[in-house]
Amino acid sequence: MRDFSYMQADSVGAAVASHAKGNDSAYISGGTTLLDLAKLEVMRPGHVVDVRKTGYDQVEQLDDGRLRIGTNVTNTDLAYHPIVKEQYTVLSDALLSGASTSIRNKATTGGNVMQRARCAYFRDTSAPCNKREPGSGCSAIGGHARSVFAVLGTSEHCVVAHPSDMCVAMAAIGGVVNVEGPNGKRDIDFLDFHLLPGDTPHLEHALEADEMITHVTLNAPVKGAKSHYLKLRDRASYQFALASSAIIVATDGDTVRDARIAMGGVGTKPWRAAAAEKSLIGKAATEDNFAKAADIAFADARPTDDNAFKIPLGKQAIVRGLQTVTA
Amino acid sequence: MSNDIIGAAKPRIDGPDKLSGRARYAADHYPANLTYAYGVFSNIAAGKITDIDVSKAKQQPGVIEIFHHGNFPKLHRSPSNFAQQNKVDEPRLPFEDNNVYYGGQFVAMVVADTFENARNAAYFVDVSYQESEPVTSLTQALKKGAPKQAKSSRHVRGDADSAFSSAPHQVDAIYTTPVETHNPMEMHATTAYWNDGDLTFYEASQGVVFAKNTIAAVFGINPARVDARAPYIGSGFGSKLWIWPNAVAATAASRELGRPVQLVVPRAQMFTTTGHRPATHQNIKLGADANGKLQAIVHDSVNSTSFVGHYVETCGSVTKSLYDCDNVRVTHATAQVNQGTPTSMRAPGAAPGLFALESAIDELAEKIGMDPLALRKANYTETDGSKGLPFSSIHLMECYERGAKAFGWDKRNPEVGSMKNGNEILGWGVAACNWEALKRDCNARVALRADGRAFVSCATQDIGTGTYTIVAQTAADVLGLPLDKIEVELGDSAYPSGPLSGGSWASASALPAIHAAAKKAADQLKGYAVEEGAVFADADPEKITLADGKLSMDGGDSVAFVDVLQQRKVAEAFGEAYTSGATGDEYSFRSFGAHFVEIAWDPGISRLRVNRVVSAIDCGQIINSKTASNQVEGAIAMGIGMALFEQTEYDHRSGMPVNNNYAEYLVPTHADYPEDVNVLLLDYPDYKFNDLGLRGIGEIGITGMAAAVANAVYHATGKRVRDLPIRIEDLMSA
Repeated sequence: MRDFSYMQADSVGAAVASHAKGNDSAYISGGTTLLDLAKLEVMRPGHVVDVRKTGYDQVEQLDDGRLRIGTNVTNTDLAYHPIVKEQYTVLSDALLSGASTSIRNKATTGGNVMQRARCAYFRDTSAPCNKREPGSGCSAIGGHARSVFAVLGTSEHCVVAHPSDMCVAMAAIGGVVNVEGPNGKRDIDFLDFHLLPGDTPHLEHALEADEMITHVTLNAPVKGAKSHYLKLRDRASYQFALASSAIIVATDGDTVRDARIAMGGVGTKPWRAAAAEKSLIGKAATEDNFAKAADIAFADARPTDDNAFKIPLGKQAIVRGLQTVTA
Repeated sequence: MSNDIIGAAKPRIDGPDKLSGRARYAADHYPANLTYAYGVFSNIAAGKITDIDVSKAKQQPGVIEIFHHGNFPKLHRSPSNFAQQNKVDEPRLPFEDNNVYYGGQFVAMVVADTFENARNAAYFVDVSYQESEPVTSLTQALKKGAPKQAKSSRHVRGDADSAFSSAPHQVDAIYTTPVETHNPMEMHATTAYWNDGDLTFYEASQGVVFAKNTIAAVFGINPARVDARAPYIGSGFGSKLWIWPNAVAATAASRELGRPVQLVVPRAQMFTTTGHRPATHQNIKLGADANGKLQAIVHDSVNSTSFVGHYVETCGSVTKSLYDCDNVRVTHATAQVNQGTPTSMRAPGAAPGLFALESAIDELAEKIGMDPLALRKANYTETDGSKGLPFSSIHLMECYERGAKAFGWDKRNPEVGSMKNGNEILGWGVAACNWEALKRDCNARVALRADGRAFVSCATQDIGTGTYTIVAQTAADVLGLPLDKIEVELGDSAYPSGPLSGGSWASASALPAIHAAAKKAADQLKGYAVEEGAVFADADPEKITLADGKLSMDGGDSVAFVDVLQQRKVAEAFGEAYTSGATGDEYSFRSFGAHFVEIAWDPGISRLRVNRVVSAIDCGQIINSKTASNQVEGAIAMGIGMALFEQTEYDHRSGMPVNNNYAEYLVPTHADYPEDVNVLLLDYPDYKFNDLGLRGIGEIGITGMAAAVANAVYHATGKRVRDLPIRIEDLMSA
């Protein structure tokens, strides 16, 4: 790990100002991504701005029913928050399926949104990686690319899946990422926050220079809906999703009134399956219709050499998730 | 046994020290003036170092020295002789020359004033290579040419090929197992310091005597000048049986610099430079008659080895003797790949070998239409066919029967996929487990001291298995003292020479010696008590008993043993004993058992989990039912990992490992461990093996476990997976 200067900010304004002093600054909160990658020399910040003491550690339901989550709220606190447990089951489930208790106790909401890829080649500074060193090539393509690699949204420059569970639930719920920077505050639609790799896999998010996340504000719960997060993986705990589904469905009798479907482990960003959702509206909640929706969700899937099984697995995650919330 | 201490479920006496952090491991020692070393490791798998530029690294803060092949002191290879107790699996020394034989090989080492400074500077060492095309897998090596036969472990009896050809029922299948990495919690580490030509080093070691002798051979000095210590080890699973390049690098740097040096191997290089279980490729042929009686067994296996070591994984070691069969051929061979050197990993040979054999037995049962347990019983034998000797003590049939009863095997519906539970399909599988009972020479010393305590010392180790506790129990049994009055001293080569903690032989070797030494100590104490003027002057020492810290005469008068020592004005009454590792030629000594496994397969979400395990184990006298069960439970977990998760993965182009960390090298988590695990310990003492009747229990539990899981998976899914690990994509319908 390289030496860096360190500043503990007591306000977002101070944090942004300190971050703006250099061009190799990084924000830190829980540190579960930054410290890990700094020790590996994958991230080499020259200046680290600690935002933990800036506040922003509350979960509040707004008057319009939306849920505003401070950037410093830990994954553990968010998962067990009474409103989240009752009204955003899918989010609580997703958080508790991620990482381990000790990591969740440290990791924060803003940090989780900014979580970086788990690709072995990204983490190995001696391997080519377009995300780490733009233009150096993608070692995963034609290399070893099973567990943490995507089938949706990949490019010839990068095929790694977005690692977060929390973000998959948030993509299903919908909302905005509230950010603050040198030019003031703005909101970014959650679905627009993470970027597809395209030919710039090193650009991962829609933040402008020196902006920091202050909150994630989630849409109000869908009335009368049930939700569920289903994470499929080789072992029962402490593994990134091979495929996961975040499902929110409201029904009128046996008919689907509203459906939200997002997928994890299979997309290069938290993957909202809008066309699959649309196919279900007004349809009967049957296995057949669920299977058709799942096929739509993966219509454009392109596997690596090692992960073709993720296409049927991802479809299974959707079908079982839909069955669970409509049972 | 004379009291209720042998076999009792005693908690570990070292537990409080481990929980509170008082137990110090190899890298928890900080001698004055300590320096810290950090390795620079090759990021190519094959080639030559053309240049090492240390100029930038030397300018980093705190750097004291940077070693590499250009300036490392000239040392000697260990002869690697097991009998002389200086064995290594990778005889090449670190920094011996500029060749790179595997990825993650030591190519340089920074020594600095702090760990952080050493690690920082290591990133600035600029190594240039001339890369050559690496051999990146066993499969690739086998395409390049015929493997090298390992003749010494070959076994042939009868004519297996002819008998196979004429057998009415045949199985002929290839089974493979991948490279598996030990991954003990504690990293390999060395803390070394020299004092006037004498070396003391703390090493993460399963064998301090071997570590001492090997390092002495490397430096060409008298082993008496070397003290190797490993009072606590954060497990090893075989990776710490012999020393690895880190020990040589650290001890040599310490000698060169005249300062203590500490070196910890990073987790990523625990996958490259401290051993692993090699990949295996095994061909099994079974021939049987209509009743399931085996006519022929062929087990031809090949394993990967490195270009700097020749390690043979003896996959057929159990195949020779598990079943009654007149026509058997077992062969082993190796092929070189550009990976670190393999070494023993828990139940070497038997763990991958029984995956193959016990899967094939299940396939044979399917072909004949027999119950797989009935097929095993039909080929039961109490004679070791490879040696023509009876087993010293065998209760395998009872393992089959008690295990089956506890599991409910009679309720098994043999039809594939027929046993359902909601969304899940259940599968039931069985496999035998088996391990050779081994023992080695051992010395021990036991002293009863005037402060009321007993001291037991032996240069064996507690590698996390409970050796401290069972040593104390053994001494307590003879000395009549509570466990908290017994101090156990292990893990220092200065103590009386004891066995490696490996091969499941530490207990069977050390406890008889400790028992004998304790008897001698007690006899000396009794001798003092009957001396002229002593408390039981002129009495018959045979009539004196020792219990609760007191000597008693025929149940009458008693005296505290402390008083006897004080009256004699001596510090202690002690005994030293030696027990031989020789086992004679009348019997074959093995341990036996059977695993019964239930798996659940949810085809709707492709989820595979192990639900339930019953393991019945026949391994002689149980010394501590708690630590013994724990050994089998841990082995069951490791066996589940072998079946479903474990695989060191390499980039097929570069040969570099890609899942070299705890997040991506999957082992079972607590959530993967079945709630319903039932270990049945048969507890039949084997007095033909040693005076205490124990045979050891560290390894047998992992053998057969992967096959039992694979057989259960077949029963649920109809998919016969012959290549470990079993992955969900193997089971998903096409």
